[in-house]
Amino acid sequence: MSLNFSKDKICVVIGASHAGVNFAFSLRKEGWEGRIILFDKDPVLPYHRPPLSKAYLTSADAIDKNLLKSAEAYDKSGIELSLGVTINTIDRVAKHVVLSDGRLQTYDTLVLATGARPIIPPIKGLREASNVFTLRTANDVERIRKAMSTSVHKKVVIIGGGYIGLETAASLKKLGASVTVLEREERILARVTAPEMSDFFEKLHASNGVEVLTNKNVVSIAKQANFNQVMCADTTSYEADIIIVGVGVHVNVALAEQVGLDIANGIKVNEAAKAATDIYAIGDCTSHYNPHYDRFIRLESVQNAVDQAKIAAAAICDKKPVYNSIPWFWSDQYDIKLQMVGLSTGYTKALLRKEEGTQIKFSIWYFKNDELLAVDAVNNAKAYVLGTKFIKNKTKIDQLKLVDPFSEFKPAALMIK
Amino acid sequence: MAKITFITTDNESIELEATSGSVMQLAVDNDVPGIDGDCGGVCSCATCHVHVKPEHMEKTGEASEIENDMLELDDHVNEYSRLCCQLEVSEALDGLVLQVAESD
Repeated sequence: MSLNFSKDKICVVIGASHAGVNFAFSLRKEGWEGRIILFDKDPVLPYHRPPLSKAYLTSADAIDKNLLKSAEAYDKSGIELSLGVTINTIDRVAKHVVLSDGRLQTYDTLVLATGARPIIPPIKGLREASNVFTLRTANDVERIRKAMSTSVHKKVVIIGGGYIGLETAASLKKLGASVTVLEREERILARVTAPEMSDFFEKLHASNGVEVLTNKNVVSIAKQANFNQVMCADTTSYEADIIIVGVGVHVNVALAEQVGLDIANGIKVNEAAKAATDIYAIGDCTSHYNPHYDRFIRLESVQNAVDQAKIAAAAICDKKPVYNSIPWFWSDQYDIKLQMVGLSTGYTKALLRKEEGTQIKFSIWYFKNDELLAVDAVNNAKAYVLGTKFIKNKTKIDQLKLVDPFSEFKPAALMIK
Repeated sequence: MAKITFITTDNESIELEATSGSVMQLAVDNDVPGIDGDCGGVCSCATCHVHVKPEHMEKTGEASEIENDMLELDDHVNEYSRLCCQLEVSEALDGLVLQVAESD
């Protein structure tokens, strides 16, 4: 397939992670014949981010074992990678971007895949403390591994009991650290899961020797000679050789703001990932309209990055794609595999389905009255795929059968006919 | 060194060689259409579904429980289905032929 109109055109992509890279390859597959140029300030060949806090952190692998695409793959598809480069400004009238080194790059179509960056909370003494890390880039992992290997006592305090914090806790424990997680809310994963799931993960970490403490609002850090003293509002304090901060992200919208794009919890885009004439936005940085939910949603996930990338590529190549994906996520901690589908926001009840047997295997089903919103599946891919199918088709489910471990775990057995 | 052949849904035959890594990574690095490997190889996305040539099932072995569960409701699943992120390249896979499964 070829698209003549695109022959002498240039598509510039700002951000070369899951969204930007998948977009570039999708655009080529859709038949775009012009140039495709990817910019990213990260100097490392684009890599998978989810493993950074999981298997990659505990391995001795170099990042080349964890790449999104090989260097040759970019060459073969004629995709130009410009790494270690920051974009300073966009000129929408002249249709060019200005690079940090002063160079200009013109574009016909611009794609913003600018992602997000870790929040550095305003904790007194955080900047002065030693061995403080966030975890979002390959370089972050490099530095954490190095700090771990040179630390004598390996006392780690993790600020924030979200997925990044908990995955990192599990990984560093595996590397021999003694780990304390300090969560400000009354339960971990408070923003994203039901209390039952928070409870499960709290116990999981405890049984693996990780101390998970809630209602711990870190207010200051005092740097001592060889370690940091992490102080909480309730006057308790914890020693840390290494501090990991995992308290969420800020969306990178500065460039979009500068050129007057509509911003509301991310760059606002329509169901085709379009932000404005000749400008698309994809991935973590967007607040996208999703017809399945009939509202704007911002997601931080690989699924969203990849699916929006494909949608934007198709839209630029004159297809009429509609982004109505059901979000999915996963998390690996110790030997537990958590798979999530849907969005539980606004649920009125959460039902537990526990499978028989000795292995930990269960799922939590989130309903708004009789409508299934989301499923969290623990070591239970079957529940995850069932939930996906039901949510997609808006299937009504027999809730009594669902919670009965002796009822068959199949669509036909659980659907209300 | 193992030589592995992917047959795409358009019946194109793509012959590749590797010594290590997963079969999914090999396919992704060489842009085999239909193998996306979105989750990076942890059996979370099922975007690397292949059908092993029946007489080559001995080389690969059968799908694990999680692979079967991930594919259970897939319209294109059959007894030769594997998620190729779970196949490690080794001499044992030399000569393997994989048909890329259609996606729903």
